[in-house]
Amino acid sequence: MEAEKRFLNLENRILYLIDIKGDNIYPGFFELKAKADKLKKNFYQLSSGEILSEMESLEEMLAFYEIKAERDLTPMEIARIVRNPQRFTLRDILDNVYDDYSELGGAGDCNIDPAIVVARADISRKIGNRIYSHQVMVIGHEKGKGEEFRNGGSAKPWGNEKALRYMKVAETEGIPIHIYISTPGAYPIEDYPGSAQQIARNLYEMTKLKVPIISVISEGGSGGAEAIGLSDMRLMLSHGYYSVISPEGAAAIEGKIPEGKKAPKELIDFCAEQLKITAQDSLSLGVVDRIIPEPPLGARKEDDGFFRRLRYEMLRATDEVVLSTKTFRTLRAYSVKRRRKMPIEGEFDVDIRWELSHKERMRLLRLRSKKYRSMGTRFFVDLRHPFKKFMDKASSGLRYFYTEVYFDLLKKHKRSVEKVIEEVSQEGTIALAPIKNPFKSIYTFIKDRFPRRVLRPIDHRLPVNAVADFGEIYVSPLANEDRVITCPNSHTHGCLDLWVPDLYGDLHGVCPNCGHHFPLEYQWYLKTLFDKGSVREFNSHIGSTNSIGYKGFDRKIQGDQKKTKRKSAIITFLARINGIELVVAMLYSNFRNGTVGAAEGEKFVLACDHARALKLPLLAYVHATGGIRIHEGTVGVVQMPKCTMAVREYIDAGGLYIVVYDNNSYAGPVASFLGCSPYQFAIKSSNIGFAGPRVIRETTGEDIPPDYHRADNALKRGHIQGIWDRRTFRKNLYMALLTMGGKNLYYR
Amino acid sequence: MTEVDLHDLLLKYKSHPYELVRIQTPHTGRVEFKVEDGMAISGPKGKWQEIRGTLLYILERQKNPKPMYAPIDGTVVEVQTHLDGAFVESDEYLMSIKHPMNKEEVISKILCELLHIFRAPEKAKYLYSPQLAAKMGDKKEKEVVIQPGDEILIMSRMKRDIPLVYKGEPGVIYRTYFSPTRLVDQGEPLLGICPVEKITSVTRLVQQIHLEWEA
Repeated sequence: MEAEKRFLNLENRILYLIDIKGDNIYPGFFELKAKADKLKKNFYQLSSGEILSEMESLEEMLAFYEIKAERDLTPMEIARIVRNPQRFTLRDILDNVYDDYSELGGAGDCNIDPAIVVARADISRKIGNRIYSHQVMVIGHEKGKGEEFRNGGSAKPWGNEKALRYMKVAETEGIPIHIYISTPGAYPIEDYPGSAQQIARNLYEMTKLKVPIISVISEGGSGGAEAIGLSDMRLMLSHGYYSVISPEGAAAIEGKIPEGKKAPKELIDFCAEQLKITAQDSLSLGVVDRIIPEPPLGARKEDDGFFRRLRYEMLRATDEVVLSTKTFRTLRAYSVKRRRKMPIEGEFDVDIRWELSHKERMRLLRLRSKKYRSMGTRFFVDLRHPFKKFMDKASSGLRYFYTEVYFDLLKKHKRSVEKVIEEVSQEGTIALAPIKNPFKSIYTFIKDRFPRRVLRPIDHRLPVNAVADFGEIYVSPLANEDRVITCPNSHTHGCLDLWVPDLYGDLHGVCPNCGHHFPLEYQWYLKTLFDKGSVREFNSHIGSTNSIGYKGFDRKIQGDQKKTKRKSAIITFLARINGIELVVAMLYSNFRNGTVGAAEGEKFVLACDHARALKLPLLAYVHATGGIRIHEGTVGVVQMPKCTMAVREYIDAGGLYIVVYDNNSYAGPVASFLGCSPYQFAIKSSNIGFAGPRVIRETTGEDIPPDYHRADNALKRGHIQGIWDRRTFRKNLYMALLTMGGKNLYYR
Repeated sequence: MTEVDLHDLLLKYKSHPYELVRIQTPHTGRVEFKVEDGMAISGPKGKWQEIRGTLLYILERQKNPKPMYAPIDGTVVEVQTHLDGAFVESDEYLMSIKHPMNKEEVISKILCELLHIFRAPEKAKYLYSPQLAAKMGDKKEKEVVIQPGDEILIMSRMKRDIPLVYKGEPGVIYRTYFSPTRLVDQGEPLLGICPVEKITSVTRLVQQIHLEWEA
């Protein structure tokens, strides 16, 4: 019986190695496999001595190959380790790392989304002979223990909503959150609350969640990982991967592989390597804080030693986050640091309480903000001269100082005094009314004897120039072509062919019959949306670069920079609409299809800060965005929480943040800093969504209607608040600023 | 509606169960054929008809090459190959599609012969007039009687809404051929009107067609 068990284990190890190495399996390994098969065939014909000796020899050979395989692991092989069914899942962690747990929000398949598991759990530590227990909220993706309904750990929007709900419960109860990320990506579905919009909501809330959050990445699939991944300490398993897109997806894009066909293996391997998806890569890129070691070829369900280590790492990480918020912590911090250098798993010097005071919570949030704001800051180019840099810094410091003094110090007190005066005056009016009223009646009686002065009605209409549709006369260069064009709705709406100079000239790219909006270049908006000569660009010196050294990307970036005469896919500027000044961040299509990388993220964050400092409204106009830039790997992915953090801080400071989508807006940006806006609008005929039709078909296996991502449907689903016509964009935006911005266009 | 020899009518359709769909140019332009005689082609497919049919020809006018796709399944016949590469007028006959009809299509065709068909006067979108819509709201299908002089439909095109008055004999709306969201070509059937006293016989005839065709 013992020998059979041992042989079964040996066989599993062989299969596991074959799964991981795939076609790269060593030629000599087939000999080992043949020997194992032969032993299996003759297992009951051989004597126990012969079996043992054969098995020992096989185990020795296998161990040799395992060590060799571990040493030669390629990024794609790591991806295969993570996806292997023998790998541990969240339920194994709950069983082995935590002492006890209760699953919340459903159990098994009786669950709003079985791909997300939430549990209230106890985790304990031993100090001397005493056991100290802590309560935590465990949230993570589950793909095993019921694979048929777990959806491969791909969380649906309502699963992410469930995760957020229990994060808030943890915040109310003041207990830390432990997050385990193991997802190939979020399930791309637009039904309410919508994949992108829910991820954005999660990120927005998590930026200021007042409890320590520790996350562990095993399989970090882009937006799906970020949906629950914003944390104070980001740990990564040594055999995990964290990526902006699956290597297969990247290969399909890179190789322009038609739908339904597989990308060549070599291209997938190339992409996996270029995307920098391994734990070591993530650490060197600064997107994770620490790596948790796993046994050779990755931890599996039965690796007790790994679970002990994981328990220790989670305790230590939570301790570190809690201690970082304390003012008086030197010796305890030293103790934790000492353990980090010489880990004695399961042993601690002191029990650190995880409850935080109000001040400590505020410090926690400040540290979280600092952490995310610093991510990716070394992956863009700043083309300014050092002297110019110094001067800019000094002038921006002065400007911030002025606004701080004027708005936060003087105006704040002025408002307080005004409020007191107003209240006293109102009280006085009521108190004096009985004395005043007789005199008032006499005055009214006498006044009515004389002819009345005709009062002029208050004019509520907009200023004349506000209703004018366009700020400046601008004709699109598209209008310079002498040809006709067919409206895509001609077969359903009977639209006649349109002469291009008319369409892009007088008609502003809008079909006069059905109202379809043909795409226009971003310059049209720059020229017509804002007051003449009011656009003043800033931070144009920040440029995109090949941040992760993706082979061949330098050339592409340079090509786009040459073509657009710009350094990145975002333009940030100050502008005016009918005299109202605002800060605008514009993602445009001509530069890498408006994708967001480190430079774009940094410029957006700086735009938020600029608007915050100058107390101006912030408009994010999305001419187009194709998502996070694949060629910047996880440096691009972390722009999602980073920019959301800046937006949250801007809104919390009282800012008015409006997002307007145009053309096509997809993926990461919509699922973070755009989708979190309370005021989102779209220009007619635009598309908004999380994943494109092909990705949806390939991941869900379901077809979608051709108008699935249309703004009209986004409006029906409640993702946006309205649809604007391009020709009335200026007027609508002006009205939105007035109606939503309040008296001062800035709430507080 | 006169006495109809149903058997003869069915025999006619059974002997030639095809519909010949004429393909004509919607406007002037230079034609470039993409199909040949005898080629099997497919119409729009997919749950939402989102997959286009086979590309039949390209019509280019003022540097606007417009691909024209097959509207229906079938076989291409009578391709006017001599027009390939030529500049043609609007409504120029280019080819036909020999489409094998299914049962529903046969019923629809036969009903067109049995009922009084109210056809689209122009290429436009059509919707019920408010009066008729209100009438229909209360009653069951095939119970709404219309009289000559009733405003029955609204023709909507290029921001023009024109009411259409019924001029045929009184009867009930037996079949509706249009959808308010789709554009209807000129001359296409919009409503099938059946005199009240003949509803039973028409319904019986349709049932018989069902049985006869299956047989």
